Amino acid sequence: MTSLWPRIEPLLAKVQKPARYIGCEDGAQQPVHGPHKVAWLLVYPDAYEIGLPNQGLQILYELLNERDDAVAERSYAPWTDLEALLRARGVPLFSVDTHRAAGDFDLIAFNLSAELVYTNLLNCIDLAGTPVRAAERGPEHPLIAAGGHCTFNPEPLADFVDLFVIGDGEEVIAEITEVVGDWKRSGRTPGSRQGVLRELSKVPGVYVPSMYDVEYDGARLASITPKYNDVPARVEKRTIADLGAWPYPKSQLVPVTEVVHDRLNVEIFRGCTRGCRFCQAGMITRPVRERPAAQVQQMVSDGLKRTGYDEVALTSLSSADYSGIDQVVGGIINDPSCSGQVSVSLPSLRVDAYTVGIASEIAKVRRTGLTFAPEGGTWRMRQVISKLIREEDLYGAVDSAFSQGWQRVKLYFLTGLPTETDEDTLGIAELARQCVAVGRKHSNRVNVVASVGGFVPKAQTPFQWFGQNTAEELRRKINLLRDATRKERGVSLKWHDPKATMAEGIASRGDRRIGAVIEDVWRHGGTFQEWSEFFDLQLWEDAMARQGLSIDWYVHRHREADEVLPWDHISAGLHKDFLWGDWEDALAEAGTPDCRWTPCYDCGACTGYGIEHRVASATPPAGGSQGTGQDLSTGGAVPVQLLPRAGAGAPRS
Amino acid sequence: MRVRLRFTKYGKIRFTSHRDVARMWERAFRRADLPLAYSIGFSPRPKVSFGLALPTGAESDAEYLDIELDPLRTADDFEPSGLPARLSPMLPVGIDVTAVAPVESGADSLQHQITSCRWELAVTGVTEDELGVLITTALAADSLVIARERKGQTSEDDVRPAIVSATPIEAVDGYPALACVLATQPRTLRPAELLAALAGGVEEVRVRRTHQWITSRDGAPREPLPADATDAPLAPTLERVS
Repeated sequence: MTSLWPRIEPLLAKVQKPARYIGCEDGAQQPVHGPHKVAWLLVYPDAYEIGLPNQGLQILYELLNERDDAVAERSYAPWTDLEALLRARGVPLFSVDTHRAAGDFDLIAFNLSAELVYTNLLNCIDLAGTPVRAAERGPEHPLIAAGGHCTFNPEPLADFVDLFVIGDGEEVIAEITEVVGDWKRSGRTPGSRQGVLRELSKVPGVYVPSMYDVEYDGARLASITPKYNDVPARVEKRTIADLGAWPYPKSQLVPVTEVVHDRLNVEIFRGCTRGCRFCQAGMITRPVRERPAAQVQQMVSDGLKRTGYDEVALTSLSSADYSGIDQVVGGIINDPSCSGQVSVSLPSLRVDAYTVGIASEIAKVRRTGLTFAPEGGTWRMRQVISKLIREEDLYGAVDSAFSQGWQRVKLYFLTGLPTETDEDTLGIAELARQCVAVGRKHSNRVNVVASVGGFVPKAQTPFQWFGQNTAEELRRKINLLRDATRKERGVSLKWHDPKATMAEGIASRGDRRIGAVIEDVWRHGGTFQEWSEFFDLQLWEDAMARQGLSIDWYVHRHREADEVLPWDHISAGLHKDFLWGDWEDALAEAGTPDCRWTPCYDCGACTGYGIEHRVASATPPAGGSQGTGQDLSTGGAVPVQLLPRAGAGAPRS
Repeated sequence: MRVRLRFTKYGKIRFTSHRDVARMWERAFRRADLPLAYSIGFSPRPKVSFGLALPTGAESDAEYLDIELDPLRTADDFEPSGLPARLSPMLPVGIDVTAVAPVESGADSLQHQITSCRWELAVTGVTEDELGVLITTALAADSLVIARERKGQTSEDDVRPAIVSATPIEAVDGYPALACVLATQPRTLRPAELLAALAGGVEEVRVRRTHQWITSRDGAPREPLPADATDAPLAPTLERVS
């Protein structure tokens, strides 16, 4: 139960970036453990520099340490060099706060933000000295928990994780702590593990996969049903109704070494109602809950003073959509205590000139590049995905950016989207070319980077039925774009490895049988699969073959309308018939408006839970919603058509 | 006004890099609301200049940093002696400001001024007696050629002239130890390179920089800060090796 530091310290002289393992962040805690305190180890299963900034983990870290009946520490996946030394010397995974062994905690809780980290989760469980398979654990082992966006399809990890938290964690961690506290005080006696898991399965928002039977009908999933009457047939996500009640993190961790997003981060709203159909985050985090403007201001001002950062990011899924964003931004840059040295960033910019105006005002200090995400190359494609950005919006935004001194604009696109034709793909090159032409009016040195990612359909979205493009097809489309942009001065093309896109597809919509594949990849050394230097598609292909599973069936197959989906028993509040209707609208090339400012179309996220959108200001954002330039406060035409909901039928592809 | 600070780097924080420490200082200055002068230009930076980089993992009694204060925003009665108490709480545990003094504005940069550093090294792979013999042999040699790397380039260098002194000291927690003064001009000799030159499989366990020296015109070494600038005691010996 003591610190492992004396055993870790000599190893740190032999590894790269040893500061990953020392803790010492400003805001880090040194909690005192005790028999009446449930000990949580919060793990981000990726490198420290990726995991440290994660706000979800930091929020739970503070909330748990504020409780009298809990303590929380943090850990991150050790890089391969340290892992080898830990294994060679028999040193287990440890917390970075007090360097305590992971196995000494009551719960090891993982944050899952991306599928390719799944093998790292297994590796961390194993390094903790805990059996990777839940069925092999006894009362002496910690409970393995997981939360985060990926848990909206928990099935690929069902064999390894004891309990999943679906949705917002702020409230449910208290209920879990109480149940686990009872178990701890009862002495974690032999056979008691089943009992505590049964109790946990009754906590709303908690999914305990071992409490469910899975039946197959040939290759197809037939049903996932609870084993006991008191276990819910469908696990509903947790949603905090009012973000204003949760002003966390209050003491954002300030790392002593380089990490991504190394700045103050203040979450200004949760949820998004733009309805982009490819976007899982936008679907599963509804409704929109904006933080009150005064609280944002307070968190920014306190945070800057406490941390010494000179940059603050106002984070959300689409920050320019915050009602009253200009007042909040104006308040920060005119705050005398910031003395003109603070830059504000909006990580996800809306595509319109108005937004660039704000960006220009706030990015006083550094002017490297601006990023927009049109996602689709043609208006037709963007209607299919319901990302309703018109070309004139994009050119207006780019014109505004270049005229105000930016030299580089980055455009994000997806390829492999439903119904995508070569014309749509080539539209990406055309948009980039036109953006350069717009920029040439202002400077000869303008550069437009088109960054292209392969689309991976996600659970709980209207595209969950869509068969993902093969790696060969994605490669062909990327080659089309390479040919089309090769001679274009000012256009640079970047793309994501189609092979990694395919591996992500295996885990993204997999069922419980995919667990054996993840374990196989891990046992063959496949960790850090989201890092290009370690990613190895062969490991995934071999694992699928060894488990007798078809990549084509799992990744590239269109799902049937009446098919039981592996995540049907997990609910983000969205009605399945809403998702299906939205899928049909997509195929009919009809977009969906932002329901924050237009009438409710009853997706289920609000109505099902008796909650609603919370906005900081009653006035819709100037410049309009959906980036269409349509100003709802003065009226204006919506360049969007809504079709009546069609009945269920087979999806076209 | 230009001010020179001395600070320590002890404990876990020693695993941070030189760049990491530079970022900690930038945040500390902002937290302490110190009126630093800023460079003029497209991307203004505070006028801060660091001394010689300390290898990641090494501790130090004596790191140095020069800062330039903005005369327009600095109060007339500003006293540099108040800086240690103001800055140390804004820095991570293990980094403490131990001395401060104004320096002339025209003075050479720290990196140019420093000519040698004194180090204490606790080592493994040899006994105390063997270490003594290795040191004596090395010092008696006319030349000590080792292969070393810098910016990806490997070169064969005679490092003997850069060893100003080396002598065994009392063992630290059972590990044989030595103290040495290594030149930093024309090129820095690192402690790890000294151990390579000693050969015999000596590996470092703990490294601490205890002094940085400037050679005066009369040839005598002096520290970058006057002796009376010290207002906090230095830790006298190596911390326990855990």
